Amino acid sequence: MYFDLTDEQQAIKSTARDFLAARYKSERIRALADSENGFEQSDWDEMAELGWTGLALPEEWGGQGLGIVDLAVLFEEMGYALAPSPLLSNTVAGLALSLCGSGDQRERFLRPLAEGKLRGTPALWDAGTPGMIGEFTMEARADGDGVVLDGEKVLVMDAAAADFFLVASADGRRHVVEAGASGLSLAPATTIDLTRRLFSVRFEGVRVAAENTLPAAGEDYFDVFFRICVALAAESTGIAQRTMEMAVSYAKDRQQFGRPIGSYQAVSHRCAQMLLETENARSAVYGAAWAADAEPESLPRAASMAKAYASDAGWRVPDASIQVHGGIGFTWEHDLHFFLKRGRANAAMFGDAKWHRERVADAVLAAA
Amino acid sequence: MDLTLSPSEQQFRDEVRDWIEANHPGPEPEAGLEEVMAFRREWQLKMHAAGWAGISWPKEYGGRGATMIEQAIFVGEASRLEAPSPANVLGLAMGGPVVIAHGTDEQKARYLEPILTGEEIWCQGFSEPESGSDLASLKTRAVRDGDEWVVTGQKVWTTFAQYAKWCMLVARTDADAPKHKGLTYFLMDMEQEGVEAKPLVQITGEGEFNEVFINEARIPSENIVGGEGNGWPVAITTLMNERAGLAFGAIAQIANNLKRLGALAAETRVNGGTAAEDPVFRQRLAQLHIEAETMRLNAYRGLTKTMQSGIPGPEGSLGKWQWADINQRIAELALDIEGAYAPLARGDEHAVGGGAWQYSFLRSRANSIEGGTTDILKNIIAERVLGLPRMR
Repeated sequence: MYFDLTDEQQAIKSTARDFLAARYKSERIRALADSENGFEQSDWDEMAELGWTGLALPEEWGGQGLGIVDLAVLFEEMGYALAPSPLLSNTVAGLALSLCGSGDQRERFLRPLAEGKLRGTPALWDAGTPGMIGEFTMEARADGDGVVLDGEKVLVMDAAAADFFLVASADGRRHVVEAGASGLSLAPATTIDLTRRLFSVRFEGVRVAAENTLPAAGEDYFDVFFRICVALAAESTGIAQRTMEMAVSYAKDRQQFGRPIGSYQAVSHRCAQMLLETENARSAVYGAAWAADAEPESLPRAASMAKAYASDAGWRVPDASIQVHGGIGFTWEHDLHFFLKRGRANAAMFGDAKWHRERVADAVLAAA
Repeated sequence: MDLTLSPSEQQFRDEVRDWIEANHPGPEPEAGLEEVMAFRREWQLKMHAAGWAGISWPKEYGGRGATMIEQAIFVGEASRLEAPSPANVLGLAMGGPVVIAHGTDEQKARYLEPILTGEEIWCQGFSEPESGSDLASLKTRAVRDGDEWVVTGQKVWTTFAQYAKWCMLVARTDADAPKHKGLTYFLMDMEQEGVEAKPLVQITGEGEFNEVFINEARIPSENIVGGEGNGWPVAITTLMNERAGLAFGAIAQIANNLKRLGALAAETRVNGGTAAEDPVFRQRLAQLHIEAETMRLNAYRGLTKTMQSGIPGPEGSLGKWQWADINQRIAELALDIEGAYAPLARGDEHAVGGGAWQYSFLRSRANSIEGGTTDILKNIIAERVLGLPRMR
């Protein structure tokens, strides 16, 4: 029994903390939020150099061969720094190819992805559908050896930065569609979260060759999904940690009625609540990350617990931090709103808290 | 990171499990504290004979010298299997460790063995009617009279005072010293004139707690623990021991209650289905399971940290706060599931499950008060974990 990071994981954490703090100061995040791509290639190249693009991918395919605990460490820091980066979407594509792709697909797409030379992103939800996990409606129409895709995918992360898409079809399969394929067009979405780009992607008779359809189908992708839930929950935990620290530091400095506001229990007890939620989220995340690496049979339940809890904490803690800050916290000039927005958007992605709680209810009532 | 038990820890767990299963005396008697105490005395004798009483105590004092993780395993298993509490729970968890840490050789020889056997029950005389969370403001006075001290004052919330031989009494021996400095820690014989325990009837109708009226009671000087004027640090050792290790018992208890709650939901009919099919109840039940899991994992993280540093940190306050909150919400959800039947209590033939949830609902109201109120725990977290300025 040992529930703490190893020295190697501590090293990943402090490298990430230092690197991201140096790259993503407030002015830079704001500039990137206003920029066309939302990130810079030079940052990406440095992240690839650090091994982050292939962190939890097998060494055989150019990755670092580390586990989901290590991935959670990295994404907690991505959230803490509010880093605008396609790293999450790229990690989804990487894990999908690694766990569900063929040898040939891994050679053509996974290896360059792990090395940071190609970027991938998933295209899952169909426009006008409820956006539930596993319920995709786009038909993959047979066409010779391959298939043809028609329709519109929404909530596609970082589409403009992607070299290829992993497109979900109604038969439960995923198809690699390369950027620039004939019949493919992108439209940027307007979203509350300015630090992660979303798009709708139209498919008009986009042809997919047989060798670009992944061999896995349906529930096989839950192995990917639950690992991504853990990474995303880790990111939300980092958001909670950072905004709690901002609240505590402000409560120590800000004076009203002749004393620091943090000496008032209405404020200090709110901060204690923020700590409780942040620590709970962190425990749930690392418990689930450990399960992914060491006890995969308990991952589905642990990941749903982590994503449900961190989905709530990831926006409630920044929200409470805004309250501690008072009026200044509600201004565009203060950074808190970026955290609130990223946290709230994260809560909705890859199953919201309610969806995951329902899965937990299923598991615990079935065991009863 | 490894969230599993090592082979030797597993072996220890199996040993604990086998022993409890083989010796478990069944559920505690429901009626009457006298019967409960007799039952618990017998259980403690069994524990002691097998070397399980005082497992955290060093071997030289009759304990088992168990590591922190072994203590956690023992408490967790005992709670999971719903083994009875030993009769002398305060002597084992607080009195013994304080005598071991601060007592003289004579005190160790005199007091430790009867704590382990349960022959002498201990109680804790800290809180007073006007000194609850602000313990150091206590007013009970002890005045020297030759080789003795004469004590006058009132204590409250004294668990099992009516059965106790010894009271861990903190009294003011120097009225002129600053409030934390003028206190002394005594072991007071409860069996004397001048000490009277009166049960306080609590909202469940039971009398676990007492008021203790002390009127010129006498304590020999040799019964001071840790020296005159040193009462505050000695009392703090007692409280630290109260909190350490409790988490793992609480976690197992919550797991048992959640299991019962799931069974209640499955057998209770609501809106043409069962409560287990009701989407609102499902959400609430799932949230409780999630928070119970975070509490369990927090305790593992805390234990790892404590094993590295040697002392439990103030983060333990989070666990006690969370335990009270979850325990209360479990009972609240149970009563919501029972719906119209919620008012029917123990003794009523139509009460759901014999009225057990009504008892839990009422008893758990104290969880956020006893052993440090949730409000005080938030102060501790704010000041000692987050470093916020002290409240003035």
